Amino acid sequence: MQSLQKITSKFIPLRIENVDTDQIIPARFLKATTKDGFGKNLFRDWRYENDDETKPKADFVLNQKQYTGAILVAAKNFGCGSSREHAAWSIQDYGFKVVVSSFFADIFKNNALNNGVLPVTVTDAFLQQIFAQGSDDTITVDLEKQTITIDKTGATETFDINAYKKTCMLNGYDDIDYLLSMKDVIEKFEETIK
Amino acid sequence: MGNTIFDKIWDKHVVKKIEDGPSVLYIDKHFIHEVTSPQAFSGIEKRGAKLFRPKQIVATADHNVPTLHQELPIADALSRFQVDTLIDNCKKNGIELYGLGHKYQGIVHVIGPELGITQPGMTIVCGDSHTSTHGAFGSVAFGIGTSEVEMVFASQCIMQTKPKAMRINIEGELHKGVVSKDIILYIIAKISASGATGYFVEYAGSAIRALSMEARMTICNMSIEMGARGGMIAPDQTTFNYMEGRLFAPKGAEWEAKLAQWKELYTDADAKFDMEININAQDIEPMITYGTNPGMGLSVTGKVPTLESITDPTEKQNFEKAMKYMGLTPGQTLLGMPVQHVFIGSCTNSRIEDFRLVASIIKGKQKDPNVKTLIVPGSQEVAKQIKAEGLDKIFEAAGIEIRQAGCSACLGMNEDKIPAGEYCISTSNRNFEGRQGAGARTMLVSPLTAAAALLTGKISDIRTMLN
Ligand code: SF4
Repeated sequence: MQSLQKITSKFIPLRIENVDTDQIIPARFLKATTKDGFGKNLFRDWRYENDDETKPKADFVLNQKQYTGAILVAAKNFGCGSSREHAAWSIQDYGFKVVVSSFFADIFKNNALNNGVLPVTVTDAFLQQIFAQGSDDTITVDLEKQTITIDKTGATETFDINAYKKTCMLNGYDDIDYLLSMKDVIEKFEETIK
Repeated sequence: MGNTIFDKIWDKHVVKKIEDGPSVLYIDKHFIHEVTSPQAFSGIEKRGAKLFRPKQIVATADHNVPTLHQELPIADALSRFQVDTLIDNCKKNGIELYGLGHKYQGIVHVIGPELGITQPGMTIVCGDSHTSTHGAFGSVAFGIGTSEVEMVFASQCIMQTKPKAMRINIEGELHKGVVSKDIILYIIAKISASGATGYFVEYAGSAIRALSMEARMTICNMSIEMGARGGMIAPDQTTFNYMEGRLFAPKGAEWEAKLAQWKELYTDADAKFDMEININAQDIEPMITYGTNPGMGLSVTGKVPTLESITDPTEKQNFEKAMKYMGLTPGQTLLGMPVQHVFIGSCTNSRIEDFRLVASIIKGKQKDPNVKTLIVPGSQEVAKQIKAEGLDKIFEAAGIEIRQAGCSACLGMNEDKIPAGEYCISTSNRNFEGRQGAGARTMLVSPLTAAAALLTGKISDIRTMLN
């Protein structure tokens, strides 16, 4: 897993609520048996007319050249629906390192964290402030300090992340490394619940 | 202070609690299927690790399988490769697989309970969000992502933060024509598609107690559609009666011992919940969804909200987007609207009782000639039972073909899809944009309301068709 400490970047504003994982990555792209290359199918049906890459939909924000950056900012309840981790893979593969929203669905949040994508939950008011920024403005996310800042206005909020996940993210460790180191403890535990 | 049933099971399975972090939670049963497991298998291989407890894993192929001619090789090369990869991985790692052609094959959340693999008091996970279904037996069951599948492969544990506790009490008797699917659609419409995010839900109350196991599964199944981590119902005599004698259920002295343990699985009278919701069963009518998330639901005789009734600007924008996608007008009634497709199936409503309900409505009648159907049992066992009870003859006489077991048109992944712009009355659990195929317009209903649409070709009130 890639580590993440601090990032300053322009952002892509996705002003849509309840973005479900079927929109993030439609089911027909789940036939893969590896984790690679999902970025090109991120938001596929919102990005292209009739699934045709030569016909991008001009009104969708990923197709609007003025918006770039490694931070995706979405309206509330982002990542609801199916538990497919492919949603996190496609966001990561597209190049996002941070997703900001005022509310995340549980499974998505876990999946994102497990793939080195940091979900940052902000207040509704702060989210609206971000949406009010121009396409050249940047935001800074500092994981160590747990802050998110709108660089032009200096407005800052702190965000929550549990200490364990934070350490994992900062260092690029994952849960599986940790669990593999716990095998003896788990074997002993098994004896107690038989 | 007492404990909830959730606390009792969860706490017993905590191997270690990390300070200001998640817990290491031990998993009793792990179900896997072809779509969310391959990357976990290759992940384990890459780390040079081995599967820790392969005997606690059960696999099936369901999402990506055809529902016609399962005896033939899968036509779509990618789908075939994915299913073959599952077969290889199971063989290599010594995992029990009920794959295509196996007599126990079916949707993972249908086969677990019917084979008696799902049991009270267990922790159960699967790389599929509707794992909450198994909670109907008083187990802590929830969906996980592929990284977590890999964690369970590696250690039979996952890292989880304990969710908050919610109880939803449904008291009273249901009206005629109202079934468990209506209860859950009603709850989600009431509290929204994100209303239970962060919570694990216990369903309780006299209306829940009165339900059969299969009806309970339908409710727990859709817990995730209001954002809940999972949903569960305390086991009772209904649960034990259902389980006794099932293939993998304990037998003899072991059964007696387990039974004694299971009877301890209830929420103490003085246990506290972070949130409680009370619902009167009499308020529930046959439900239907009109929008693009399961929270956008109303009574089948109701009216779609008007634009003026929504004040929040983002919500308004989303509502308009949903209206456009669904081809509906704010404020309109749905009753009488023609539909082109009826899908009866999915892990929500593809069990034998669902087919009995539908058969009871269509018996001796003909389906509307304009309606195309996808009628798909949840498992080979259900298909067998349909034949044993002669229900297949009723469907056949009504001009309806019954397909072979799988997820089918629940998700636009296998070949069963709904064409763009057409309406599908569906007993599944998700009405997201494109869920049943790009541009497909899904309306979620109970099997009874689906049966009504089968006969009329329209959105109909089943209550007017009951005698
Ligand atoms: S039937 Fe639908 S919801 Fe259930 S497991 Fe299959 S795809 Fe998922």
